[in-house]
Formats: sequence, structure tokens, C-alpha cells
Amino acid sequence: MVELAPQYHTITAVVEDKPGVLARVASMLSRRGFNITNLSVGHSETPGLSRMTFVVEGDEWVVEQVTKQLYKLIDVVRVSDISDDSIVVREMALIKVKSTPEARPGIMQIVDIFRANIIDVATDALIIEVTGDEGKVDALIQLLKPFTIKETMRTGRVAMARGGTATGTKKASSDMTDHNAPDTEVVP
Amino acid sequence: MQLTGAQIVCECLLREGVNVMFGLPGGAIMPFYQTLPEYPALKHILVRHEQNAGHAADGYARASGKVGVCVATSGPGATNLVTPLANAMMDSVPIIALTGQVPRAAIGRDAFQETDTTGITIPVTKHNYLAMHAADLPRIFKEAFHIARTGRPGPVLIDLPRDVLEETAEFDYPAEVRLRGYKPTPEGSGRMIKRAANLIDDSCRPIILAGHGVLISGASRELRELAEKAQIPVITTLLGISSFSSDHVLSMGMPGMHGQAHNNWAINKSDLIIGVGMRFDDRVTGKISTFAPGAKIIHIDIDPAEVGKNVRVTVPIVGDAQRVLRTLSKEVAATTRPDWLGEIDDLKARHPGMPTSDTSKILPQQVIRDLRSATMGEAIVVTGVGQHQMFAAQHYGFTEPNTWITSGGLGTMGFEVPAAMGAAVARPDMTVWSIAGDGGFQMTLSELATIVEQRLPVKFAILNNNSLGMVRQLQDLFYDGVRVATAYSGNPDFVKLAEAYGIWAIRVSDPALVRDSIDRANAVDGPTLIDFEIAPEENVYPHLPAGGTVSEMIEGPMESTGTIKKEAAAWLN
Repeated sequence: MVELAPQYHTITAVVEDKPGVLARVASMLSRRGFNITNLSVGHSETPGLSRMTFVVEGDEWVVEQVTKQLYKLIDVVRVSDISDDSIVVREMALIKVKSTPEARPGIMQIVDIFRANIIDVATDALIIEVTGDEGKVDALIQLLKPFTIKETMRTGRVAMARGGTATGTKKASSDMTDHNAPDTEVVP
Repeated sequence: MQLTGAQIVCECLLREGVNVMFGLPGGAIMPFYQTLPEYPALKHILVRHEQNAGHAADGYARASGKVGVCVATSGPGATNLVTPLANAMMDSVPIIALTGQVPRAAIGRDAFQETDTTGITIPVTKHNYLAMHAADLPRIFKEAFHIARTGRPGPVLIDLPRDVLEETAEFDYPAEVRLRGYKPTPEGSGRMIKRAANLIDDSCRPIILAGHGVLISGASRELRELAEKAQIPVITTLLGISSFSSDHVLSMGMPGMHGQAHNNWAINKSDLIIGVGMRFDDRVTGKISTFAPGAKIIHIDIDPAEVGKNVRVTVPIVGDAQRVLRTLSKEVAATTRPDWLGEIDDLKARHPGMPTSDTSKILPQQVIRDLRSATMGEAIVVTGVGQHQMFAAQHYGFTEPNTWITSGGLGTMGFEVPAAMGAAVARPDMTVWSIAGDGGFQMTLSELATIVEQRLPVKFAILNNNSLGMVRQLQDLFYDGVRVATAYSGNPDFVKLAEAYGIWAIRVSDPALVRDSIDRANAVDGPTLIDFEIAPEENVYPHLPAGGTVSEMIEGPMESTGTIKKEAAAWLN
């Protein structure tokens, strides 16, 4: 039997920047059994609004349900599945690598190739900062493993639409989803 | 105008049209209670348990169409509201819960009677608030009532730290609500409605499944117009009962687990299901993959998240049932469907449906039918959960909208006592009959005291089989008759119990005296209780096993004798 590869969707949500909003989102996702592999939150360009990026595992039905259930939360202003849009995706990681003076040049060479930065140097370790898609971060971590990685910290995926339009403003026009979503004009 | 937080709360309640609330005080909420004497227009009904305050607000809301309000203190007061909030959430009932909270500086320090009330109630409320400044209260209340009563209604909780109630702030009630993330859309898409009309015109065997949304949006007339114009039989879900008069020629009764067998067969044969204000709950559908196998589905609901959640929908229409049905009625062609209606008559003849046992004891079904004839349907009927609820749903025959109040989605035993109390407060012009089981009644009977104090003429009919009858039925049908923890061998004397509260009460064990006892209770000016000693082994039929298919439906006692359906038992929860 062929094991189907899991499907992943990138969803962004614009939410009210209020105490407890993350708890509401997390509570809903967990109680309804949705599998979120990645979640990042930060302020948006509009004061009072934050932007969340989720990576959801599941088929179209799951994504539609996640979207609708997110919309149902009063503090969620807009939700978009941007998987099929033209988007740029980035993740940042901090990687602490054991480094003896002898090993240091080899590490620096790899860092250069990946256009990453060394942001802290100590006698026995380096901290490397890298930005890119998950594949690039994974590859860097893989190459650094022989030097002994002491710690990694990854932000998770953030995504944005290419071009002049704001992320997630492209209207979904599927016949199956009469979302009746709030007007996008309400969001600057 | 400078007011204290507690005064602001009262001013907000008045502006939202509140004139009664159900509650029980405690330390943290006291500043609110001690302010109530300044606001005589806000009547407070003191209950015996906070859970009952919540259910009373629920019953009040369903009977009045207004928002119900309940009040509790912090900690245990608030946690006792969790069940009624979950109940109101599942059944889309607008209630506002006000809870006290420890002073702001004590929050997070495990202070006396502190719980994370907003944290606990996130999944059981439509929205909730922790008010951290008295100045925020007007906006919070304006939003809370708006959220509770619009769109798909639901419960909203406002947590009020003690010192927020005590601090002063400027009171200015906002004229409008500004919520970027909440904009219900009552107008259905015209394009979708047109497509739905075409589907109806093209269908040969359509069926309407009408749910609670029809009652909430007041769409009974529009539903009847559509059904009559396009000659579509109407099945009402448990919570949709009373939205379509049961004496109408197109009325079919209830579907699903304890629905009439012919309804489940009709759904099985249908080529078009029109779901209105309902959510294709598992009690309606049974095994989802075999539900209405030949049917396209039109789903009309105000909550977008319900559309496509449980079943594949051909035409989704997100909107208010009344507005959508009004437009849809105009769009569909008037027609007759002699073949389909004839086929349904044939199904009705072949599956006559709700058999009763041959017994010299009182049959619960008879009690329900006598209640119906004695009240001529001019009463509000409130039930709890279990066999008595299903007997009432099957046999009463509701004709007027909103005369039926029951705990549907959550299935809360004990709902019948406090919800009847709330309904009686809401509708002093109506007789309220609480049909109770002996199990559920004992969960919430403490409110008998409140009912007496408030002089509420609630009439109780206990269908007493000295057991948790529905669980006993499941044990007999699906667990080889192994009866565990379902017999109540030491039930109190309910007549003496009622009398201890000062309530007129009688016990009836002779079937010939059922109707007479109901007439006597109806003649009493005040609360009454009748303890009906019913045939203890009577089962609710039909019984479609949980997660079962229509062909697994047990239509009557003969068929089920010794029948153990292991596969179905595995689905039971």
C-alpha cells in the first residue's frame, strides 16, 4: 500500500491583539482535533491587529473547517488559505554549535554558503542566525550536525503574498464555500 | 456621569432591556448585589444552585425570545455555570452570564474562590470577557448582548473582578457595536438561493429537515409557505419541534435515533434534503456515510461553520432562515408531488412507528397524550433528557412555535426543573408543564423552593420508573441486558417531597386516572407535581443505534428481543 504524503496548507489569520486571543485559537484547534504543525504570531502593520501564520496538516475539508472555525472566533478578523497563492515563505533559526578554534573555519565556510550570520562567538561555541524556507534551514542544520549542535531555536513559518496585494485578500470563489467572510475592506 | 462599576453593570443591563435575572451571590460578586436595591427595575431571582440559574436563564430566553441573564460569584459559582453555558452553546441560546472574580491584584495567585473563569469557559461560550477596568464595561456589555443575540445566538460570559465593580468610571453607553471580526450575514446569496430553487424544482423526492434555527429566526410561516408551495414533506429535528405544526398534512415528525421509522426511510429514499437551521447532528444522521445516500443537500444556516461540517453540501446558503426561506419560496415553482407523497404514505403504513407494550400499568406515552389533550396544546412543555424526553417529542404533537423547550445538543439531565422555572418567569400568561424523569428531577429539584418563593405555577409530571430509563434501555438492547447502575431503589416519596415545599402533589398508578389527575393539577392555582408510576420496562421505539444505519433501526420490542448488535454497541458513547 502506498502511504500518501501528508498535505500541508499555509493559513494566515488577522486577529485582534487582545489578551487571550492565542488561547482561544489554540483551544479551538485542539478541541476540534486539528493538527497544526507550525504556528507563529506577531504584530501586523496595523496597530491593534496581529497576524498569525499556521501550517495545517490535512485535506481540503480540514482546511475549510479550520478556516470557518477560526472565523467563528469573535477576535479573528480575517482568515486566508494562501497555499495556492504566490507567496514567499521564511523562517528564522538560531543554532548554537560547539566550535573549537580548529573547527571554526569549517563552520564559517558553511555559514557563508548559506548566507547565514554568526551573531555570537565564544571560546567553545558559536550562534548562527539563518533565514530562509524550511528546506534551507533543515539543510544547514544537517551540515552543522557533525560539529555538534548544542541548541536550536526556530521561529516557524511566516508567509506573505508576492506583489502589491495584501496577504490573503484574494477572494476565494469556490462554489463549495459560501464563507460569507467579513468584508476585506474592514481591514486596512 | 461618574458611576461605580456595579452601577454601570446595572445601567447596561437596563439599556439592553433586561428586567429579570437568576443568580446566587458570593463574596466577589457582592458589590453588584449590594447595588441592586438602587435598581428596582432589575428583578433578581435567588436560586438554590448556580447551575439552575444558568438553565433558568436558558429556559427564559427560549420562552421569551429575549436574552436570559444569570449571575454567580467567582470560583465554584462560576464553575457551576459551565454546564448551563455548554447547554446554551450547543442549543444556540442567547444568555449572558455575569461572574464575580477576585480583585485584579489577586488574579493568578490562587486566591480564595479564584478560578480562571474566562479560560475555563472559552470552549462553552460564543465569546467571553474579563473586564479589567470599569471604564470598559459599557463597551463590553454592548458587545456581549450583540454577540449573544445576533447571528447564531449563544452564551457570552463577563467576568467581573471585585474591585472593578467598586471603582468609579464615566458612564456613557455606546450607540453601536464595532467588532471587526464579527459580522453575521443574514441575507443569503441570491445566486445560491436560485440554485437551490432549481434543485427543488428538479427533484422528485425532496424533504425538508427543519431545526432550531427556524424557531430562532421566527420562520415558521415562511417554512410552511415553502413546504406548501413546493409540496415538500417536513421533518422536524428534536429542537425544531414546534416550528412546523404537527397537525399539518406535510408534517412528518422527528428523524434519527428515536424518530419515526418512516422518516428515516423517507430520508433514505430522498433525492433532495433541504436542511434549514439545523446541523446534521449524529442523532439525526446515524452513520454519516449511509445518510441520505441518494440525496443532494441544500443547507441553510446562519453559521458558516455548520455548512459542510458533517455532510457534503450541494448548495450552501449562509443566512437567516426567515429571509432565505422567504426568497426561496418566491423562486420555487408551485407543484404537486402525488407520487412522492403517496410513497411516504406507503412508508407510514409499513412502518407505523411508535409501538407500546401491553401492560396494566401507566404507559408514559399515554401520559404525554393526555397532557396534550388536557392542555389543548396551549402550554409550554419543558423536558430533561432521556426516555421521558423522547416520549414527549414523539407523542405530544406540537402545533404552536416555541411551546417546546428541551436540552438537545448537550443532553443535560435535570434541565427540566430550572428551565421550566425560567419559562414560567418569561411567560406568566402560559401554563408551563415540566415533564421530568425521576433521575433528572433529583439533580435539580432544589429549585422547587425557588418556584414556591416566586409563586411560579409550574406543573411537574414525573414519569417515574425508578431508574435511569434510557441507560437501562441501552443496557437491555445493546449490552445483553446487563443492568449496571441504572436502578434507583431508594427514591424518595415525591409527593411528600413536594408537599414539604408546599407544592400540591398526587401519585397516580392507575391508567384510568391519568387524565383526571392532569385536569386536577391544571385547576390548581400554583405549582403542582404528579408522580406517575409508569411501566418501568417501557422502551422508546424506534431505536436507531448510535452511528447505525437505517436498516439497523429497531422498530419495536418483538424485533429487539434478544437482539444484541455488537457492531452498533461499539459505536455507543
